[in-house]
Amino acid sequence: MKAAPYDYAKPLACDEAIALIKPTEGSGKFVAGSQSLGPMMNLRLAQPEVLVDLRGIAALRECRIENEVVTLGACITHAQIEDGGIDTGTRGFMEHVARGIAYRAVRNRGTLGGSLAHADPAADWVNSMCALDAQFLVTGPGGARAIANGDWMSGAFTTALEADEILTGVRFARLSSSARWSYYKVNRKPGEFAEAIAVFIDDAARGVCRAVIGALDAPPYAIDDARELLRDADADTSCFDAHLEAAGIEAGSYEHEVHRAALVRAAAGIRNQNGTAS
Amino acid sequence: MSDATIKTIELVVNQAPVADRVEPRTSLADFLREQRMLCGTNIGCEQGVCGACTIDVDGVPTRSCITPAISCAGSAVRTIEGFDDDATMNALRAAFTAEHALQCGYCTPGMLMTARDIVTRLPDADDARVRLELSGNLCRCTGYVGIVRAIRRVLDARRASTAIPHAAAAVTA
Repeated sequence: MKAAPYDYAKPLACDEAIALIKPTEGSGKFVAGSQSLGPMMNLRLAQPEVLVDLRGIAALRECRIENEVVTLGACITHAQIEDGGIDTGTRGFMEHVARGIAYRAVRNRGTLGGSLAHADPAADWVNSMCALDAQFLVTGPGGARAIANGDWMSGAFTTALEADEILTGVRFARLSSSARWSYYKVNRKPGEFAEAIAVFIDDAARGVCRAVIGALDAPPYAIDDARELLRDADADTSCFDAHLEAAGIEAGSYEHEVHRAALVRAAAGIRNQNGTAS
Repeated sequence: MSDATIKTIELVVNQAPVADRVEPRTSLADFLREQRMLCGTNIGCEQGVCGACTIDVDGVPTRSCITPAISCAGSAVRTIEGFDDDATMNALRAAFTAEHALQCGYCTPGMLMTARDIVTRLPDADDARVRLELSGNLCRCTGYVGIVRAIRRVLDARRASTAIPHAAAAVTA
């Protein structure tokens, strides 16, 4: 199918972009790589009347690490992260995750911020940023604000972002040199949206041991203290089931099986030290 | 087209500068096929999954079905027709023929774009990596075995030509 008609603008600054979207009163949308919105528009699941393309705004591609805090611009692409050209301060975690997103042709155009604003619960960055306890940096008519990780997603495809606000980037603590991470997702085919995602960030030097159960029908389920899940593999594993139940996954269901497998394998990835379960 | 939203864009298509009028909703694939008469780019799913429409935008493979033409203003676009003089693409074409890597041919332009990306970006790729990288291009005929072999053939030839410069001509001939 073909997209419904819309108008298009490509401003060079956030102020200009916000001024363009304001008069559309909710019928306009910001867009970057269009790798999620594009398919939805072709299927006419989305029919914005105006698209404001953010890729011309250089400030949205700026990344830096200052005082152990990483800031990544929203318009960097998955491929840029995959190729290691950007220091993400995550000891290879984001590079690993980027390589598993969709397909290279999609990664060349799709952006970090676009994926986060789209907020598909099965998307990789939604769950990765939850694991990193990232803040979401937003600017709008009322100025800039930072949204805490826990306040970002209120449901599937639903964020705290107002229609006239732009996600400009994310901010999170740089992982220490002894940090370990693990990421496991279940896909029937490489590149598809995941059926289950599990993430561990184990950074004892910063007092962090966090896990995420993702690809739910809801926002990611964060486990703030995941140390219990990383104990001896032969130990009692009932704590896994307790978290899966708390995440809203019905015991005995197919979903429970795949989410449990992802969580157990991601935990094993940490215990095996290399942290690169995939 | 509704006149209200028609815009003029300038871009480079197969190394030639182009100025044309487009509706913003026109995908890059439709623009190339219907306004530039470059029908080598095939459209399959129109939702970024099948890979048939994959072309080169600013040097990297891109899904032309979910990328609006207007968003490529100022870009350099290269379709399968623009690779006639490309040595790597010609080696891939020969390998696809030799390994029976196509039957109906519908996926082939997109396959070749991805294949060229694999052999240039990932010179050390093993068969498992080739298959992983091909996961975004669907083929309903071949079962992929011939496609993987064709890419393997070009990867091996490029490796051999790097290792022994004098053998390069013989391997690619």
